[in-house]
Amino acid sequence: MMFRLQVFLIVSLGAALGAAVEVQRPRGVPLEKRHFYDESRPFTCLDGSRTIPFDRVNDDYCDCKDGSDEPGTAACPNGSFHCTNAGFRATFIPSSRINDGVCDCCDTTDEYNSGVSCQNTCRELGQKERETLEKMAEITREGFLLKRQLIEEAKQGLQEKQGKLSELQASRKEHEEKVDALRTVKETAEQPEREAKERHLKAWEAQKAALQLEKEKAKMAEVFLELDGDADGLVSVSELQTHQELDPDGDGALTDTEAQGLLSGADKVDSAGFQNVWSNIKDKYVSESQPAPPPPQEPQDSEVDQDKDSSKDSDKDADQAYPEDDAGDEEDDEEEDDDDDVPEEYDDKAPPAGPPAEHSDDSDGAMPSYDEETQALIDAAQKARDEFDSAEKSLREVDDQIKSLEKEISFDFGPSAEFAYLYSQCYELTTNEYIYRLCPFNRVSQKPKYGGSETNLGSWGSWNGPEGSKYSIMKYDHGTGCWQGPNRSTTVKLTCGKETAVLSTSEPSRCEYLMEFSTPAICQEPPSLETVAPETDPHDEF
Amino acid sequence: MVWFLVAGVLLVLNGVRAVDRSNFKTCDQSSFCKRMRTMGLDQSPYRAILETLELSDSRLTLQLINDNNKVRLLLELYRLQGNMTRLKINELKPLRSRFEVPDVLVGEPPTKPLSMVSRDEAGVVLSLGTDAHQLVLNARPFRLDIVEGARVLLSVNGRGLLAFEHLRPRKDTLSKISSTVGSMWDSIKNMFSSNTQKDSEGEETTEGAQEEGEEREEEEPGMWEETFKSHVDSKPNGPSSISLDFSLPGVEHVYGIPEHAENLRLKTTDKGDPYRLYNLDVFQYELYNPMALYGAVPVLLSHNAQRTMGIFWLNAAETWVDISANTAGKTLSGKVLDHAQVPSDAPQTDVRWFSESGIIDVFIMLGPKPSDVFTQYASLTGTQSFPPLSTLGYHQCRWNYNDQEDVRAVDAGFDEHDIPYDFIWLDIEHTDGKRYFTWDAANFPQPRDMLRGLQDKRRKMVAIVDPHIKVDSGYRIHNEIRSRNLYVKDKDGGNYEGWCWPGTAGYPDFTDPEMRAWWASMFAYDKYEGSMENLYTWNDMNEPSVFNGPEVTMHKDAIHGTWEHRDVHNLYGLYVQMATAEGLIQRSGGVERPFVLTRAFFAGSQRYGAVWTGDNAAEWGHLKISIPMCLSLGLVGISFCGADVGGFFKNPGPELLVRWYQTGAYQPFFRAHAHLDTPRREPWLFGPQNTALIRDAVRQRYALLPYWYQLFYHAHRTGEPVMRPLWVEYPQDVATFTIDDQFLLGRHLLVHPVTEQGSQGVSVYLPGVGEVWYDAHTFRRHDGDQNLFVPVTLSSIPVFQRGGSIIPRKVRIRRSSTCMENDPYTLYVALSPQGTADGEIYIDDGHTFNYDRQKQFIHRRLTFANSSLSSSNLSADSQFTTASWIERVLILGGQEPSAVTLRTADGSRSLEFEFDAATSVLTIHKPGVNAGSDWTVLLQ
Repeated sequence: MMFRLQVFLIVSLGAALGAAVEVQRPRGVPLEKRHFYDESRPFTCLDGSRTIPFDRVNDDYCDCKDGSDEPGTAACPNGSFHCTNAGFRATFIPSSRINDGVCDCCDTTDEYNSGVSCQNTCRELGQKERETLEKMAEITREGFLLKRQLIEEAKQGLQEKQGKLSELQASRKEHEEKVDALRTVKETAEQPEREAKERHLKAWEAQKAALQLEKEKAKMAEVFLELDGDADGLVSVSELQTHQELDPDGDGALTDTEAQGLLSGADKVDSAGFQNVWSNIKDKYVSESQPAPPPPQEPQDSEVDQDKDSSKDSDKDADQAYPEDDAGDEEDDEEEDDDDDVPEEYDDKAPPAGPPAEHSDDSDGAMPSYDEETQALIDAAQKARDEFDSAEKSLREVDDQIKSLEKEISFDFGPSAEFAYLYSQCYELTTNEYIYRLCPFNRVSQKPKYGGSETNLGSWGSWNGPEGSKYSIMKYDHGTGCWQGPNRSTTVKLTCGKETAVLSTSEPSRCEYLMEFSTPAICQEPPSLETVAPETDPHDEF
Repeated sequence: MVWFLVAGVLLVLNGVRAVDRSNFKTCDQSSFCKRMRTMGLDQSPYRAILETLELSDSRLTLQLINDNNKVRLLLELYRLQGNMTRLKINELKPLRSRFEVPDVLVGEPPTKPLSMVSRDEAGVVLSLGTDAHQLVLNARPFRLDIVEGARVLLSVNGRGLLAFEHLRPRKDTLSKISSTVGSMWDSIKNMFSSNTQKDSEGEETTEGAQEEGEEREEEEPGMWEETFKSHVDSKPNGPSSISLDFSLPGVEHVYGIPEHAENLRLKTTDKGDPYRLYNLDVFQYELYNPMALYGAVPVLLSHNAQRTMGIFWLNAAETWVDISANTAGKTLSGKVLDHAQVPSDAPQTDVRWFSESGIIDVFIMLGPKPSDVFTQYASLTGTQSFPPLSTLGYHQCRWNYNDQEDVRAVDAGFDEHDIPYDFIWLDIEHTDGKRYFTWDAANFPQPRDMLRGLQDKRRKMVAIVDPHIKVDSGYRIHNEIRSRNLYVKDKDGGNYEGWCWPGTAGYPDFTDPEMRAWWASMFAYDKYEGSMENLYTWNDMNEPSVFNGPEVTMHKDAIHGTWEHRDVHNLYGLYVQMATAEGLIQRSGGVERPFVLTRAFFAGSQRYGAVWTGDNAAEWGHLKISIPMCLSLGLVGISFCGADVGGFFKNPGPELLVRWYQTGAYQPFFRAHAHLDTPRREPWLFGPQNTALIRDAVRQRYALLPYWYQLFYHAHRTGEPVMRPLWVEYPQDVATFTIDDQFLLGRHLLVHPVTEQGSQGVSVYLPGVGEVWYDAHTFRRHDGDQNLFVPVTLSSIPVFQRGGSIIPRKVRIRRSSTCMENDPYTLYVALSPQGTADGEIYIDDGHTFNYDRQKQFIHRRLTFANSSLSSSNLSADSQFTTASWIERVLILGGQEPSAVTLRTADGSRSLEFEFDAATSVLTIHKPGVNAGSDWTVLLQ
């Protein structure tokens, strides 16, 4: 059973135009190609490959390689069908969608023999589209005005920043000079300080050495007595052997020969001769009355902890404040919030301690305090140091500000810096489960709504739009790694809007996030409304 | 899909490239397997007591006695219709009844008379219908031989490995004997056994002897309790395993016993573990390995140039199969020697089955042709369900499509890129917290709107419904199953609970008909909220998967009614799919054919839908193994098989993905799927070139849908596989016996997928002396019986149409198969060297049971002979009206005629044609006749 196909279609338009116009042409042929389909002549395939009798146009059998003989049937695999769609936009559909039981053309013309009943929705769609276009146009218009403002502001901002930068660069010089001057003052003050301290230390060490010698002698005498078991005033080989710990070769036994060796070859020594022996054995000798060694000292780490805490605090602050590249591309950058590894000297705000603490095992007591004169020199030097440090810190702060400003100025904020206003801002969107946070040019993160830690969905990577609209997409990458997966990354699609806001987020693929972000900065100069009105659509009939 | 998520703790398996073998038992770790396998190869202790023989019309019963322990068994033998023998062995007087597998056979197999040919003290000879076919039973030791003339086809217990652990009362004190005491027992045992033998020689047993016999077996470890990793199997009923061996003289090739990631031809297992059949959720399985996977079909096929046979071991407990190569003379003994001989150096394959519980129930299918074995097996367990036509199209799946908008966008993507598809799938994330039969309120707030959107495009959806049920008092499904007391019980009688996707979950007892009926009723449109006619179902995790259970499955001492999980394990998945398919039938009032995909399966699962090869990986090896895995399933009745296109785990490169689409397009179940953690891989995400290649592959599938549908109709009617090994059609061609890198679809198409990266060409074996094959892409003709090197590009894989065949195609490719329903046919007539060809065309409504209940279908034979092509009715009493017509006829290998005439009942008219001399293809334009009518096209 074959159905006969209606070769010609009466295209009836005009209700909108107020007058009925009828144009005859084969089904599925757009008006501008009508002249190729002349029923009074054989048809030549549009690719010129073949000429066939005209009654084989739209006869539901494919004759032309380019499908042009079957514009109104599904016979050709590569054909296309033209829907007039009066009231809406005319369009082409693949010919495989003719009579497939799915309504594709809003004017229903694609389903003329499939049994499915389609509603003509062109008027509605046209209306809706016009409304949408108008709305879009309005948004674009207003958005574009805002954009101009943003460009203006960015320009001013830039000027201000550049002004500030030159100011800073100028003041940097002053700071530098001041630092140099104070360094000289400091060094001048430190010279007498060092000398006075050295004197003081030497005196103390001489005193200590005398004391030590005394003690050593006393100890030797004590040991001699201890060793001289028979109290004959001589220490013999056998007496020495009561102290097996003195074994020089470590085999655990102090032999006669070894003991004799310790006694410098003699069998016995008297207290005078013992002096030499003592120097041989004093490191190993364990006195019978020796007290237990003191317990090992606990490391003092409270100070370290404090340091860590303070750097954590500064990290938190950094979150609110300014973007630092996680990648750390500027290694000499020393902003405070950079990381935990802030060199200690910079953080040390306490005045320098006095002379280094004596790490002596002796319990002979501490070094006596400085005399008045020395102390005065130290105080003077300390003051000079403090002043120098403070000046140096100011210089560093200026350097930091300069770097930060230079970085901001060099950022790619779009062709007219229209995206500059997003710098140092953050925008949030709350979904069922998460709060998403986009800090443009910095990072994207996700935090569970009901507690839990934040996940980094990527740090600023680059503008990533296709050629011609590079600034339509932002890419954030190198976020927290996924189990058996990639590091999280986020693509941010920018759409034109009056508000600056995150519109939606999704995770189309595991750990690859997609964010829609509206901003006036992406709004294009609006075309005039007339060019989008269907009345003048070039694809529309007449 | 497996992704170990246990109580919120990720088991970090990072860097683990393949299966964690330690999660699964080796034979040594499965106490009965170890016991059975270490059994000696001495003479069988079993003897037939001929005095007890009873022969009724079709049934022979006979007692067997184990001379070591005097336990008696009852042997039943049946001769079944269609050249089959059934052999059942149970304890004569078991302490408790032993499990016999229900619901797998389609009915009690019809029997044929069994008659005694001769009987003497050594044994009996029975006739299997003809003089040539006889069954020789040797009494001492017990063995059976099936002979045909002077040829032994198969021997049972030829190696004396029949074993039957009789049930015995629990003696806890005895079960804990230490090994030192054990060796003491050895000497005591020896004393006893020699005594016993003396006392009872030729005599019936006494109770006392039996007691002693029991005691001497008590000391084996693992009989009364078994521990694997941290899991204890309490084994309240003690040892219960069974074993039997089969010898196949003259056989070197055996196949079947899926599911294993293995070559088509099974390997010998002497050097490693036996093939294991125990449905398991295996994480990242390894290839070429006898480890158990998700499904189990205990059917083994043997084949040589003379004969194909099958052994169906009907047992649902954990089962192992040992295969070894032997020589025939070594195992031939006893009475059979009076009847038949085999050359003593003939090759032989020995097969030994052992199962943990149940009885021995074996069907020996004697062939002799491959198609006979398919028919025989189908007569026992049924045929492939006839799927809705649309399910033969392309399926787009991913874990997961995130929300309705995602579904809409993917659907639109297919239209935008002009790629046809029929089904989009939703994995577990679509539910409200893994509560099946529900929808996530935020992401799928309006499932019916979504389904209607698909329906408007004449497309469909599959949503997952797994059998683990979240234990949550706010969940209706859980509450009802609990209040109806339909959950599987743990060993102490409480509801069994395990961890799975939803956290703590209960497992419905699908072995209970009441549970299945209730489950089926849940698919009613008013019960399954948000469901519609175009929503179908996927049953995953139905091994069952229990994340915290032994071997990631259920404890064997869990209770299903009166049986242990041990007895029914391999049946669980079949029952889940059975109940689900029944639900889909019921919701339509019995009108519509169901579609249910399952991961776990058993013998008989073919009756309920499709299976896939589980969680494979995006690797070339996994693409390659998909061929033998589906071929093996097809051999044992399960034709509707596919592998995840692209690979489930990991990330395929574009070349692998394209090659997988090209392969999948020619495999029965064609679905792309991907793990949650993989990047998106819809067909258009790999650049325009790859999109075009994938589009082309999918379109090739759609053009061939009429042929696929016809193949499935045949599979449904006869049990013949859709996707076949070459040896099935060329059973005498030894060269085909091990081929598993290419395959046949039906008889007419030969497909050789490209499964190597960067391949420049493949070697294709074209079978058939005196046959010809036509390249399906270029129509170039090649002789059969040769290895042909075929250069390949990325654009397609080699496909050949057999000379002598006619294949109907629909070449107007549309966005779904349903959209193509009324489209015309193009007939591809590939001429044999004799200038003949034949084929078929089958048409029905594509989705209801009306083809069966009201005989509403068209089935026609297409024949080309004597320069004329004609269509004639194959089914006079069926009726169906189609709008489809014959658009074009391509005659491959033809000659240029001077005229072409169409003859119909309305008269004759001449047809236009064109002949391409370069390819010898004659194209006949537009016969225009209805596809359901009689017609003839004459070439002059």
